[in-house]
Amino acid sequence: MTEEQSYDIAFLGGGPAGYVGAIRATQLGLSACVIEKDKPGGVCLNIGCIPSKALIHQAETFKNISGLEALGVKVDISGFQYRKAFEKSRKAADTLSRGVSFLLKKNKVELIPGTGKITAGNRITLDNGTEIQAKHIVVATGSRPIEIPAFPFDEETVLSSNGALMLEELPESLLILGGGVIGCEFAHIMNAFGVKVTIVEMLNRILPMEDPDTAEVLAKSFKKRKIDMLVGTKAVSMEKSDKGVRLTLEKDGTQTAVEADKLLVVVGRRPNTEDLGLEDLGITLEKGFVPVGDYYKTSVEGVYAVGDVVSTPLLAHVASKEAEIVAEHIAGENTAAKINPALIPSAVYTEPQVAGFGLNSETARESGVSFETVTFPYRGAGKSVAVEKPDGLVKILFDPETKEILGAQLAGAEATELVHEILLAKSSELLPEDIATMIHAHPTLSEAVMEAARTVEGWPIHM
Amino acid sequence: MPEKIQMLALSPTMETGTISNWIKQEGETIANGDVLCEVETDKATMEYEAIQEGTLLKIIVQEGGSVAVGKTIGIIGETGDDIDALVEEARKETETGDKEAGQPGAAAGTTAEAAPAASKEEPESPLTELEAEDTGERVKSSPLARKMAERANIRLSSIKGTGPGGRIVKRDVETAAAKGTTSKPAAVPRGEDKIIPVSGKRKVIAQRLSESKYSAPHYYLKMSVFTESMMKSRSSLNAELGRKISVNAFLMKFAAEAIKRHPIVNSSWEGDTIRQFASIDIGLAVAQDDGLITPVVRDCGAKGIVEIDSELESLVEKARGNKLTPEEYTGATFSISSLGSYGVDEFTAIINPPGSAILTIGRMKKVPVVSENDEIEIKAETILSLSCDHRVIDGAKGAEFLRELKFIMENPIRVLY
Repeated sequence: MTEEQSYDIAFLGGGPAGYVGAIRATQLGLSACVIEKDKPGGVCLNIGCIPSKALIHQAETFKNISGLEALGVKVDISGFQYRKAFEKSRKAADTLSRGVSFLLKKNKVELIPGTGKITAGNRITLDNGTEIQAKHIVVATGSRPIEIPAFPFDEETVLSSNGALMLEELPESLLILGGGVIGCEFAHIMNAFGVKVTIVEMLNRILPMEDPDTAEVLAKSFKKRKIDMLVGTKAVSMEKSDKGVRLTLEKDGTQTAVEADKLLVVVGRRPNTEDLGLEDLGITLEKGFVPVGDYYKTSVEGVYAVGDVVSTPLLAHVASKEAEIVAEHIAGENTAAKINPALIPSAVYTEPQVAGFGLNSETARESGVSFETVTFPYRGAGKSVAVEKPDGLVKILFDPETKEILGAQLAGAEATELVHEILLAKSSELLPEDIATMIHAHPTLSEAVMEAARTVEGWPIHM
Repeated sequence: MPEKIQMLALSPTMETGTISNWIKQEGETIANGDVLCEVETDKATMEYEAIQEGTLLKIIVQEGGSVAVGKTIGIIGETGDDIDALVEEARKETETGDKEAGQPGAAAGTTAEAAPAASKEEPESPLTELEAEDTGERVKSSPLARKMAERANIRLSSIKGTGPGGRIVKRDVETAAAKGTTSKPAAVPRGEDKIIPVSGKRKVIAQRLSESKYSAPHYYLKMSVFTESMMKSRSSLNAELGRKISVNAFLMKFAAEAIKRHPIVNSSWEGDTIRQFASIDIGLAVAQDDGLITPVVRDCGAKGIVEIDSELESLVEKARGNKLTPEEYTGATFSISSLGSYGVDEFTAIINPPGSAILTIGRMKKVPVVSENDEIEIKAETILSLSCDHRVIDGAKGAEFLRELKFIMENPIRVLY
């Protein structure tokens, strides 16, 4: 059976890029469809951002038991079932996924279940033979966890992030291969629930891509929580047994071994660009990514690519913004040709949280631009002490002549929220003095942001 | 391959030029030697002859625009060439101050007296330059853009904003700084004031004359001269030659002879020394539409009057057509100016450097004079006025020269001995 439907834009993939872009398109008067082989909302909603943040919340709730005990309350955790935390995370994912279906329907976006392949510059053919005609096609098929050949996923003993989010019971011990954002978030969750966690990281610190000082705040906290961090260490091989897994490690030429019930491999994600018909169209992939130019256009007229299939940062908010740009451009709206990378915030949902945008101390030095840095400790904002979360810092990098904000890096409670005040200043070309002179409510953690700005101006009060 | 057309140094001392007129337009074919455009230098307009061939693809500097020698004024190539890269380079060339027209070279630009010229110039509107901010009107701009504009000394009101809602943002200030818009808010027309742009020539006249008046302590000697003898000599000479020798040529020759006998008048103040010039190079002030210029006849002491007159004739014609080369209008050691034809009886002039004196002659008129017999006679006379630089020429010396000149004019035979 061959059916033909025709749209202005067809989004191949219904994740944060696909569904957001499609809704934006119909808002602007275009007709759009989303082709999705699994649940709407993509990885983010179903097996990524949302369930992980739900688990983090549950983990923190569990961790707060020590707070109750400090008040003299006797807490009996013998009835604790991790499964309930897991179920809550699934509930959140399901609710939001259904929410996306609802939003698509409300905005008159056609949600087409199926696996699609681009068979012409303006046509997608589903595996059931249906042909979708569209004036423009947007490849938004996302990414999947990178699998290392020496450590193949079985999602029982050797887990990817997918398997980790689907665990219904906690292991006693967990090895985490990869000390980046996802590895650290899982370390935080598992350790909070009482699992013995060991992080193995090849580079010389956890969160190697973040600012060194903010990464250090997290490392100190992890150390206090007795999370082992083996940095500068490579995993060479593993042995599986019915007891778990034994990992052979190498550091500075010396080999050691560690053992645990399970191994979680989180070393990055790779784009889902196979079997989409891209090569037949004439698109040459670069390390699996689709090369794009302004407005995320590919080399083929009418075909675009956004989100994790493009080599821009693999973040949901980046994917959504890219899809919005494509929809707006096709609708004839005046939009920037691409996202300004300096304005993309990054967020790590550990406790303390880590967040930032723009230059950090390392990238600033490497870039050769002239810059100065100030740092203000969270402790200087009274609220942090009042809520027993005094560890953290707010760092601002700025141009010595004009004081233009070049970057901000935060570590501490609510860092992922606080970062937005400074990001707004940067994106609207406000200056640190504008933040410094604005009244911030007392007592709030935001006062640390205000004082960091005042430190740029040379007159912090609480330092 | 498209190429840049660059402003050439059309004279040895030229530093900037103003395009006064594009002869060729975009799209026209250019052959080697074709006149591309007319370029106004500090005191004359010259033709720019093409040294490249092809089609004029783009005019970068429009009529009225000034650029320094070496900067791009246009792009030449074949139709269809991609010139974006060159256009971008040309745009980057324009630095702050490229709008400054006519910076005179070291030895360039002579001036003549600033006699109240026939054209009365409106003074530039005494604009109280209002900041848009001063009037209470908000110029939408980001704080960063404001700070950058302040540092670059650019007025916000002169920048076009491309940010949200027309807001001036960082990139707008960067663009404005690159273009070198040192802000001059547009002149606010009040009633019927006419704003006349100051040409390169006007600038030079203003600068040179001010400098001369300010530096040289001027004093003025006046003498009336009976012109009958001179005019009689002129008539017979003209009859003899079959051509009309101009009165100016006579004046130049006579002045040269007087100078020979009083060489200090042909000198220049040089701070520690006074340079007494070997050659008597006399400049004659010639009025033009937009200013004045002094073509110079070199070595008047050695030349006969016919030669002086021929040279003068061609020089004056060139002067009127704005076609003098710098060698032809700079370096006069002595100058002469006449407003007699305008009916001016007498007037004083401003010394024209490097000279130390300038001679003016008024109109020739018949006046009653008292003769030796105490009788009234009617005689033709004119009034000479000599301005002298007191640093070089003291009163007595100036007077001696003027007396000599009067004697020569009234007794032309004097030149023989």
